[in-house]
Amino acid sequence: MIKFSKQQLKIPQMSKDVYLVTGGMSKFDRAIPEKRTEELVIDAFLEAAEFIKKTPEELKEYIHSCYYGHFADHFGSQLLGESVIHDRLGLDPLGNVGIKTGGATGGSTIWEAYKAVASGYSDTVLAMGWERMDEVPTDEGNNYIASAADKDWETPLGHIYTGYYAVMAQKYWQVFGKQEASFRRTLAEIAVKNKGYARMNPHAQSPMKITVEDVLNSPIVADPLRALDCCLMSVGASCVILADKKTAYELTDNPLLIYTSAGTHTLRVADRRDMDIPLLPNETADQYKDLGKRFPGGDRYPGFTGFLAARMAAYYAYGMAGIVDPMEDLDLVELHDAFTISDIQTYEDIGIRPYGEGRKYVESGECYHTNPLTGKPGKLPANLSGGLIGNMHAVGATGIMQVVEIGQHIWGRWAEMHADEAKWKRFNRTKPDDWTDLQVVGAKRALAISHAGVGSHVTATVLVHPDHQLERKS
Amino acid sequence: MTVENRGTVKVENGRYRVSGNFSYGYPNSPIRDESGKLVGITNPADITHIHTYGGEAPFFESLSKQKLLGTKCANPKCETYGSVYIPYRIHCPDCLMRCEEIDLTELARKGATVHTFMITERTGAFNTLKKPIRFVNVEFDGVSTILMGYLSVGEPKMGMKVVPIFQAKNPTYTILDLSWVPMGTDAADLPEGFSF
Ligand SMILES: [Zn+2]
Repeated sequence: MIKFSKQQLKIPQMSKDVYLVTGGMSKFDRAIPEKRTEELVIDAFLEAAEFIKKTPEELKEYIHSCYYGHFADHFGSQLLGESVIHDRLGLDPLGNVGIKTGGATGGSTIWEAYKAVASGYSDTVLAMGWERMDEVPTDEGNNYIASAADKDWETPLGHIYTGYYAVMAQKYWQVFGKQEASFRRTLAEIAVKNKGYARMNPHAQSPMKITVEDVLNSPIVADPLRALDCCLMSVGASCVILADKKTAYELTDNPLLIYTSAGTHTLRVADRRDMDIPLLPNETADQYKDLGKRFPGGDRYPGFTGFLAARMAAYYAYGMAGIVDPMEDLDLVELHDAFTISDIQTYEDIGIRPYGEGRKYVESGECYHTNPLTGKPGKLPANLSGGLIGNMHAVGATGIMQVVEIGQHIWGRWAEMHADEAKWKRFNRTKPDDWTDLQVVGAKRALAISHAGVGSHVTATVLVHPDHQLERKS
Repeated sequence: MTVENRGTVKVENGRYRVSGNFSYGYPNSPIRDESGKLVGITNPADITHIHTYGGEAPFFESLSKQKLLGTKCANPKCETYGSVYIPYRIHCPDCLMRCEEIDLTELARKGATVHTFMITERTGAFNTLKKPIRFVNVEFDGVSTILMGYLSVGEPKMGMKVVPIFQAKNPTYTILDLSWVPMGTDAADLPEGFSF
């Protein structure tokens, strides 16, 4: 649809408040031959239990239903893998359900878990996500990923998902980036930042100390995207426990309020129709009147340059959490940096910057933990985990990992979870000598965006410290 | 390993009738680490699937006849009545009434416009296109959507005019039977099996 009814624009009103109690994750890597998926899932669960000083048995006693995010059955050729996991976690005969929405699977899993608590069906739920992309070589992996595009109209074209994405990157690059060398450098900066933050994360698959030149000189994948602009293919698991207020405070002293929403758009970019830009609370229709003049070719919305699904998810989530301006109301974000350029597109879709001006978020230095221009804390640090470019993209786990990460910041426990020498050793990784604490001091509210493919599904999850709730606007 | 008697399918009385082999089993092999310890096994598989085009079948058939079909909402009560779609949509996405088929061949031959494009050397398993691949997403006047395809001659550029070419000789009955070339391309320069 290209026009929305009042009913469709309703800001979700849940029956009960929902809280994030704890979360955990496994190690992430390109291949983990020594462990079955069940073992990785148990690693994530044990970390979540330990985080609130519970034994696995104690935590399991509270769980009433389970939500499992796993996207690509083809890779492991195991249908109903969710049942395998559920059994190995010893959670039979509780109800469980599998969720798959491509790259947004992790976020969608939280969305389902959230609604189960909000409705009163369960007081406590497990949302667990995982992916195993090491069970075929890269070439076959590319084909499997490409089968998430339209089987008849797209997949036969090269069997390469990056290609279906790259046409959008090319359009954004020419229209909004104006093919400027300075814009290309800004894209590279995102990769340098995220690979660099991954160095502080023992879970991360691809920590790298690199420069803008390294990114610009890395092999071309599909112009303007180069190898270091692209996300990883990973193996790993992550989980969160959500609960209603009463149970959450039984389990921990500091649960965080959670709000999750979802949006979608056509699987084939081809099917996107021209429409008006739906506005976020910090925008006016007037500001986009001359968008096509400022950026010739940029007047078609969302065209091949915006993600309507992200905009809709942000619209609902901001309404639910009372957010007016993400730059002012949030303290950090974890975004779905599948590619450096899509990271910039997302800044605009979720209103961090207006359409056409996404690059300024990076160029202002405000997306950094410490703003390199001012030496002061960045106003809205992004992807301190390393993101999909530096940390991981174990599809079903990705959106959950993001929420665990932003939660650790609000809890003020980021350093505890990332500095621990024993963890670095357990993952067979070397903690860098210049390891830096990336804790966002005083973080109260944060956002995670989980995104599928060319924008077919996007979820937005907002975490809020209960002492710092915003007023929901009517 | 050569595959003999690869499976084929017919429809008779509304049912699939299959003949030949649809799956080929191969022995698995162990995966070991440096010390010789067993880690896992390989799972070889070769399976032929059966797939229906359903209501989109006319589109894929028409490519082999050098025709480009789209569809149009023909429900005057629909909010987006008259919208034209390619990719071919069987039902209108708004009113869900069955769309009317329309022939877009002549419109396309007058020149479609490249909305965006990309060039890549990378492909996935089973790719049959020549590398580098040049995807083009083409706009047509009066059409609501922007079709993805590939350019077979020249270098893509936004705003350039392209025309369709069709693999009428030995068609594959897939989207690969449709390709694009810059307007004014000589028939002699088209890839083997393709014509305007
Ligand atoms: Zn209609």
